[in-house]
Amino acid sequence: MSDILKVPTMAEYLAEGKRPEVLFWVGCAGSFDDRAKKITKAFVKLLHKAGVDFAVLGTEESCTGDPAKRAGNEFLFQMQAVTNIEVLNAYEIKKVVTACPHCFNTLKNEYPVLGGNYEVMHHTQFLKSLLDEGRLSVNGGTFKGKRITFHDPCYLGRANEVYEAPREVLKKLEAELIEMKRCKRNGLCCGAGGAQMFKEAEPGTKEINIERTEEALAIQPDIIAAGCPFCNTMMTDGVKNKEQEHKVEVMDIAELIANAQEL
Amino acid sequence: MQYIPNIIFVICLVVGLGYFARNIRKIIRNIRLGKAIDRSDQKKERLNAMLRIAFGQSKMVRRPIAGVLHIVVYLGFIIINIEVIEIIIDGIFGTHRILSFLGGFYDFLIGSFEILALLVLVSVILMWGRRNIIRLKRFWNPEMEGWPKNDGNFILYFEMVLMVLFLLMNATDAQLQNMGATHYNIAGAFPISGIIVPLFENMSQGTLVIIERSAWWLHILGILVFLNYLYFSKHLHILLAFPNTYYANLSPQGELDSLDSVTNEVKLMIDPDADPFANPPEGAVEETPEKFGAADVTDLNWVQLLNAYTCTECGRCTSECPANQTGKKLSPRKIMMDTRDRLQEIGDNIDKNGGEIVDDGKQLLNDYITPEELWACTSCNACVEACPVSISPLSIIVDMRRYLVMEESAAPSELNGMMTNIENNGAPWPFNQMDRLNWSKE
Repeated sequence: MSDILKVPTMAEYLAEGKRPEVLFWVGCAGSFDDRAKKITKAFVKLLHKAGVDFAVLGTEESCTGDPAKRAGNEFLFQMQAVTNIEVLNAYEIKKVVTACPHCFNTLKNEYPVLGGNYEVMHHTQFLKSLLDEGRLSVNGGTFKGKRITFHDPCYLGRANEVYEAPREVLKKLEAELIEMKRCKRNGLCCGAGGAQMFKEAEPGTKEINIERTEEALAIQPDIIAAGCPFCNTMMTDGVKNKEQEHKVEVMDIAELIANAQEL
Repeated sequence: MQYIPNIIFVICLVVGLGYFARNIRKIIRNIRLGKAIDRSDQKKERLNAMLRIAFGQSKMVRRPIAGVLHIVVYLGFIIINIEVIEIIIDGIFGTHRILSFLGGFYDFLIGSFEILALLVLVSVILMWGRRNIIRLKRFWNPEMEGWPKNDGNFILYFEMVLMVLFLLMNATDAQLQNMGATHYNIAGAFPISGIIVPLFENMSQGTLVIIERSAWWLHILGILVFLNYLYFSKHLHILLAFPNTYYANLSPQGELDSLDSVTNEVKLMIDPDADPFANPPEGAVEETPEKFGAADVTDLNWVQLLNAYTCTECGRCTSECPANQTGKKLSPRKIMMDTRDRLQEIGDNIDKNGGEIVDDGKQLLNDYITPEELWACTSCNACVEACPVSISPLSIIVDMRRYLVMEESAAPSELNGMMTNIENNGAPWPFNQMDRLNWSKE
């Protein structure tokens, strides 16, 4: 993409003596992973469209420490957390939105005990509130009548019991929302959580993302909607493995809404 | 001489309850080997969770067939045990159906017990069929071989025999009442055992009394034996499900606990004024550095150990586990069974060595649970969500990973790479932190 997005940083806001409505926590995947960067951009376009006064930390952002904590390295996690909290508290951040359920869970649940207390929202919750408040409106557009299934990210669903916000946002697309056999609190993991994203799986009979992709493909969706950059990667790989990429797309909810708006 | 049965009964009762109490004390002692964790907060929410999940069986019915069968057996056992009160009074004082003065209400009670007994019998037979004929996969995982498999079936046989004895006792009693036998006053309603009364119509009064008395004695002795069997079995959940749901974690499932010991170290590292080589203040007790994470059951907290004794090996966790479903060695149920078996081993060690743990050269890690199992977990919480009694296998997995990483530096090499990246450049991949906003310009 060639178009340059306007993405203000907290440092710029501070220099102007202003405070944004919300901090967009981009996360490592959203910053560096080629697939996830598209999600980040789609979400930023939606924020602009809705007139949300937001900023990012930019180069002052660092890994929340989630994969280190899940891998058992509490030292590294707390070093990361304490450093991030210092930055966040220095900017007097009150509200954070992120497109990564792992960042969401860590910021929301694991930072308070270390002195970081913020109102943390997943981007699907934030989009839902923008839609509810009428700051953003959407109609089906290209997705009207398409079969869409939502894959619940473990760290959004079971971990934090957010099941409805992503589905309510998807409903605005006037699409046919279909559910996999295992969904919501029974949703099957994509296989990436608990730091598995960064290592080979232990010996077994199958990869977890293949198992999940097969389940999704069984209900013949046009689109597998994701709400997590890691789930997105795992499901995209699964669809490719099954050679269905010409028929089934894996897209983040932010991308779906942005595309419907032709942003 | 006429008091001999009463005396034998009281001896059986005292021995049965005494031995049970002794073993319960052992379990409490073993659970207390765990580390402290404060679960004295949010009493109202805890009570609520216990009433809903344990008493109200709310998570059992998520699997409707197993849920309904279980509720029948659960209600049957709670309600039919009211009858045990009468049996105990009769046994001690040599009376017969002492509560029959309740009249119509007594008939109602006995009638309901009988209907429940039949329902329990049918449910238990169906449960046995699910285990042994349908062979539901979760009852045939590798960790179920040997004792765990037999244990599951023994419990079902126990329950079948107890229900049959109860109905047999009532049927012969009913027939003796019909014959106007002495001691057997007209009392009780027998909607179920009444059906088999014709089988006993041609028997002599003496034979019937022998059958009735045998059924009565075997029923109560069976209950006492079953009570004591609990300690050696997975069946402790009938008691421990209640405290276990009460003391369970109430935080969001995604939240892993924070290690205070680590927080102190991190503060020392970050605080520019801290002097790590400072002498401790006068009179301060030299603290032994705490072990990070868990290598053995004594490194776990007492709630995790209570979890282990509560697990009844239903296998819902394992059947929901994405790693297990895709053929990995990890089975959350095995994590709980291993924890319990190792704790029991340490308990026996204490008993043998006069109250002290003598090093047996074994620990939970490696001797029971292998790193391969631990590293297969995706921390997805499916096991925690699936457990009908609020056990968290995940918390044990994470504590053991902590030991592997922080004490042994034994993470898989790719994870070491990921962690090095986070340390060096603030992301799990080797990208420069200064490039974090480049996406906006691409």
